[in-house]
Amino acid sequence: MANGRAGELVLPKAKESEAARWSLAALRKLFKNSIVIVVLLAIWEVTPRLGIINITFFPPISQVLATWWQLLLSGDLLDHTAASLSRSIGGFALAIVVSIPLGLAIGWWKPVAEYLNPFLELMRNTAALAILPVFILLLGLGETSKVAIVFYACIFPLLLNTISGVKNVDPLLIKSARSMGLNAVSLFRKVIVPASIPTIFVGIRQAGASSILVLVAAEMVGATSGLGYLIQYAQFSFLITEMYAGIITISVIGLIVNYVLVSLEKRLTGWKQNARE
Amino acid sequence: MAVKISIEHVQKSFRIKRNMGALKEEAQPLSALHDINLEVRQGEFMVIVGPSGCGKSTLLDLLAGLTTPSSGRILLDGKPIAGPNLDRGIVFQQYALFPWKTALGNVEFGLEAKGVGREERRKRAKEYIDLVGLSGFENRYPHELSGGMKQRVAIARSLAYDPEVLLMDEPFAALDAQTRETLQSELLRIWETTKKTIIFITHGIEEAVYLGQRVAVMSSRPGRIKQVIDIPFESRSSEEDLRSNPEFVRLRHEIWELLKDEVVRAQEQEKSKTLDSFKSADARKGVAKHG
Ligand SMILES: Nc1ncnc2c1ncn2[C@@H]1O[C@H](COP(=O)(O)OP(=O)(O)OP(=O)(O)O)[C@@H](O)[C@H]1O
Ligand SMILES: [Mg+2]
Repeated sequence: MANGRAGELVLPKAKESEAARWSLAALRKLFKNSIVIVVLLAIWEVTPRLGIINITFFPPISQVLATWWQLLLSGDLLDHTAASLSRSIGGFALAIVVSIPLGLAIGWWKPVAEYLNPFLELMRNTAALAILPVFILLLGLGETSKVAIVFYACIFPLLLNTISGVKNVDPLLIKSARSMGLNAVSLFRKVIVPASIPTIFVGIRQAGASSILVLVAAEMVGATSGLGYLIQYAQFSFLITEMYAGIITISVIGLIVNYVLVSLEKRLTGWKQNARE
Repeated sequence: MAVKISIEHVQKSFRIKRNMGALKEEAQPLSALHDINLEVRQGEFMVIVGPSGCGKSTLLDLLAGLTTPSSGRILLDGKPIAGPNLDRGIVFQQYALFPWKTALGNVEFGLEAKGVGREERRKRAKEYIDLVGLSGFENRYPHELSGGMKQRVAIARSLAYDPEVLLMDEPFAALDAQTRETLQSELLRIWETTKKTIIFITHGIEEAVYLGQRVAVMSSRPGRIKQVIDIPFESRSSEEDLRSNPEFVRLRHEIWELLKDEVVRAQEQEKSKTLDSFKSADARKGVAKHG
């Protein structure tokens, strides 16, 4: 009986320390992930106040956040963000719908891929922003030219990665599937497509990043709404804290987009071996 | 017993494309198989041994219907092979599992191709996972399995859609000695229970003598069947026990005698391959000078 008692006593204790260890690990992870940012924010707060940096051009983060909060309450920030996101997501989605099927087809017909690849490489390495004036000339300053430039910036990384994904499917897997009597269509659907998903996702992430980058720049050049416009307009009007509020919003959006794409990728390619494991 | 597969005067040559500009004219066909004749009986365990590069995998691809012979023909139940089909299953040396599918998903793959319904598919896949001793690992992805386990999955996948013939290309070559021995005896057990015709390719003479009812010895490239040797053991308990059997030792020696020269020749071929390309380039230069 004494033994039983001892056992009962020990058990909750072990559980407690287990939980403690868990939360400790979580804390350590949080610390690792945030320490550098926290330090930088502290520097941002302190240096202007101490006069190390000119406070007019570089207001402390607390002031920037206060402005950001006001912009949010007034609804301005949401309007601009909504304008930017709809352009960015529109162009991005359009690029995905067009270039993934196209890339799959091009990759499948090897000769076509060989002819097209140099052209695609050339287009990808032509900075999208360099072509922006052409888009504005052809499509005007409205929404169309903005969606079009995002579309243009997204389509090449998506196409090139999809093509290379299809071309680099392990021939042994194709052989193995063929030996089980699969016809061309099922082979494509059941082997080629799933095998190229990891590479396609590299393209999706690249496209996601450039969709925001290109859009912000386009909005700075010619627009009357959007976060790029907000930043540019604030700078012209000497509304420095508003400018930084816009910049912070874009960084946060970039982070969120990346996070969403990475978790989607993890879900879809969970079967892949992680080299770091 | 009835003849299951008959290989008649089969030749296979490859046209090799070289990238090096200087050697362009050298695109003459490379003869991989030369006049292969072999009959495999219904339910037989036939082992093919031969030196590296003699065309074993080429022969297996032909049997699978993945490629066609340059001349000659292969009959399955008296009918020429028309292409890949689920009546033949292949197990590759490098497993060839689909990395995005779990062990169970991989075993189901062939069944899906065969048009078996979802529930039946799952049930049968589970049965075969059990058969190869992998129950409990159904939901693992290939990268979470050891080499031996992957090969078990591959074997289960090929058995699950119930082919009449099992073609195995050095399936155990990449495994360590213990795992190989376990899988060898399990393969024999499976063969005895399923009564499938098996064509098994290997480098290993001991493996050949242990597994095969007959062993076909191939010559170095271009591959020919040099001799077919009967292995008369009735029951094979384990390779370990057989090894000390004097009959086993004699057969192993006999096959080794047949293979020895071929292996040496194959190695020379490998070595001279690179040298050759230099030599022929030189020779051409010489001709050009004289001309
Ligand atoms: N698709 C191909 N194109 C050109 N040559 C090929 C092709 N496939 C095989 N060969 C050549 O045919 C010969 C036989 O190849 P094969 O792969 O059948 O040999 P193997 O007996 O299986 O060798 P190993 O034991 O090393 O696996 C080799 O010389 C190889 O270079
Ligand atoms: Mg081989």
